[in-house]
Amino acid sequence: MQKPSINHSFQYPGSIGEMPSGPCADAGVLVEANAGWRVFRPVLDAAKCVKCLKCWLICPDGAIDRSGKDYAIDYAFCKGCGICAYECPTKSIRMEKEGDDVE
Amino acid sequence: MVNVRDLPERELLYGHKACPGCAAGTVARLILKVTGERTFLAYPASCLSTVTSIYPQMAFAVPSFTAPFAATGAVLSGMAAAVKAKKMQDVTVLGIAGDGGTADIGLQAVSGAVERGDRILYVCYDNEAYMNTGIQRSSLTPYGAATTTSPAGKAGGAIGEKKFKKNLFEIMVAHRIPYCATASVANIADLLGKVAKAKDTDGPSFLHIHAPCPTGWGFAAERTMEIARLAVESGLWFLAEYQDGRVTLNYRPKEFIPVREYLKTQKRFRHLGPAEWNVIEEQRDREWAVISGRWEPAGREKA
Amino acid sequence: MTTLSKDLAASRQFISANDAVSYGVRLCRPEVIAAYPITPQTTVVEKLSEFVANQEMDCQYVNVESEHSAMAACLGAALMGCRTFTASSSQGLLYMCEMLHYVSGSRLPIVMMNANRTVAAPWNIYGDHRDSIAMRDAGWLQLYVESAQEALDTVIQAYKVAENHQVMTPVMVCLDGFVLTHTYEVVKVPSQAEVDRFLPPYAPTENRLDLAAPKSCCISVSPEWQTEYRYKQHAAMQAAKKIIGDVDAAFGAQFGRRYGGLLEEYRCEDAEYVLLMMGTIAGTARLVVDKLREGGVKAGLVKIRSFRPFPREEIVRLAQGVKGIGIVDRDISFGYEGALGTEVKGAVQGAAPAINFIAGLSGRDVTKDNIEAMYRKVIDLARGQAEEEIQFVGLRWEQW
Repeated sequence: MQKPSINHSFQYPGSIGEMPSGPCADAGVLVEANAGWRVFRPVLDAAKCVKCLKCWLICPDGAIDRSGKDYAIDYAFCKGCGICAYECPTKSIRMEKEGDDVE
Repeated sequence: MVNVRDLPERELLYGHKACPGCAAGTVARLILKVTGERTFLAYPASCLSTVTSIYPQMAFAVPSFTAPFAATGAVLSGMAAAVKAKKMQDVTVLGIAGDGGTADIGLQAVSGAVERGDRILYVCYDNEAYMNTGIQRSSLTPYGAATTTSPAGKAGGAIGEKKFKKNLFEIMVAHRIPYCATASVANIADLLGKVAKAKDTDGPSFLHIHAPCPTGWGFAAERTMEIARLAVESGLWFLAEYQDGRVTLNYRPKEFIPVREYLKTQKRFRHLGPAEWNVIEEQRDREWAVISGRWEPAGREKA
Repeated sequence: MTTLSKDLAASRQFISANDAVSYGVRLCRPEVIAAYPITPQTTVVEKLSEFVANQEMDCQYVNVESEHSAMAACLGAALMGCRTFTASSSQGLLYMCEMLHYVSGSRLPIVMMNANRTVAAPWNIYGDHRDSIAMRDAGWLQLYVESAQEALDTVIQAYKVAENHQVMTPVMVCLDGFVLTHTYEVVKVPSQAEVDRFLPPYAPTENRLDLAAPKSCCISVSPEWQTEYRYKQHAAMQAAKKIIGDVDAAFGAQFGRRYGGLLEEYRCEDAEYVLLMMGTIAGTARLVVDKLREGGVKAGLVKIRSFRPFPREEIVRLAQGVKGIGIVDRDISFGYEGALGTEVKGAVQGAAPAINFIAGLSGRDVTKDNIEAMYRKVIDLARGQAEEEIQFVGLRWEQW
């Protein structure tokens, strides 16, 4: 999957001296996932998917991955809005209720 | 035109905290896919700042900063001047601001910036109210929409927003800038093509993008694209572009769907009835009469 | 660094203080200037536009549509790593207020000139300090100057101080409107080569927009982090106290002119009665001190150059052995007292009796007689005579 991932080695500054000189931070640094927002999760049926790119384009979170053999969903950052399933022309994505094991 | 298969894999906006189904999220990430890694981005205090850059989660991967609310246009001017001073090549100076940050408090600065002719790309994502502060009306809030500062009132009281949406596109066209367009998340190919044109414009360019907001408008998050389409098909949003001194209408529905089919999908219009639907439809027809008289439909060359 | 064919050679010129500021700015080689005109700042931005138009400066001049946008454009350019300049005054400075806080909080070493002018209403274009004093807490260093020469030299010093990595805080150089800005005097303009030797090109920190090392700047931070950023701003201001002095000394060593750093004392060694003030009033007051000294009165004066950071320790030291203090304010915080009065009295903590004189509001002339009367009142107070703690100098219908 070619998606930005959580930087598990991120460390907060340990002293005033370690703080940046102004209110800035490294761009593109993620320290936490958005998975906990989800009530329903999109599940992709690769057999029905025609890789039309629609879900990849319209996902507000960019959570659809098209880099592998089949499209995949980055569940760390998918918020479960359901746009991909609603818009999918071949109905290849269905929304399933999350269990209690979501982080 | 942009071939979507050629768009880069890399996400330059990722891990943001926007509400599920947020069209502004889609807009911002697609724009960055076109402008690319050599983009300097400014965005004002807005939903976009709140959901992308609260320490330490930084969702933008390009150099970016939060600008003061009123100042997006002006900071872009300063950045464009810096690009010239530093003799940088092949970079995009990009601003992404909301409707309030563009058409209300930021209007003076964006007018100044485009009037000066700086090479900047300014994008207004229009979710038709101050969403970040809790859905207050802006000058781009449409007629009849209930917001927290234009409430619908109790039965027989107010109808929500009492004014028609300001035509920001025509305001920007009046500046006679090299490139100016409207777009919608309903038509991604059109949107991407316009971003690419704007990026390549040697001078100021402006995009006004209709971006439905599930939270503020009151609809299910999965229906963002559908709501955007209904706005276009009912004639309440239009796709147009201005270049080489003339306006082209990119899309004209063969027949408008009734506005109620758009209005009834959203909680903000739920209090409206046939009387208000008529007012909106009449206003739409007046606007389109103006548009049709002044602007050229797509595909028709000037004689 | 580009060498322009018209690089300045050292010269002596009969110019206004506004022109002197423009020459100072030109010598500092800002890469971006964004400004909006306002009386009495206008001749600064006109002169700089002319320098740029004549290709005497290699600089992007941005004609913005407001002061808010002037500082916003400087913010954008400074974040891109450029040395920047702007200038304003009065209503314009107030319109810029949001941006002043934003820039200092963003830790960008922008230098601006403020032509001190009062604030409407009633409308008046003449000088007092109410505009910059209203910006006291905006997080900028504020340096008040007395002469055209000091104005030119202080602009150069200002960049050197602001861009010091221990400081990285913007600087406002304040000139009394008209009385100073539009007054002509002979000014020594240093050569470009000399200034280049004193002030190297701006070296930004990591706090900037850089394609090679992308940062998100001016970010939002939660209450868990905001205090630490504020502490750093305060620490930078405190560090600036020493650096202002060091830079002034280094400037003196190279150019032969220095101004005392945070403040300048005049005949204070054994002084018993001291007036403290900022800006051009000091020029007149020197003459009065000389006259009083001739008459055997141990008078002295302190010209405070740096209002922020405030030279508390120096003032505490000066107050030792002084019998009476007068603080001259060209501003008033309605319902309390003058801003400088508050600061000085807070520093000396009653070590000497003090009167706060409110003078020179909205361009009202402060004469030698006015100043001598202030000294007399301070002497009377020191001798036990009752005096009002706050006095409006030269108030119509009152004896002064």
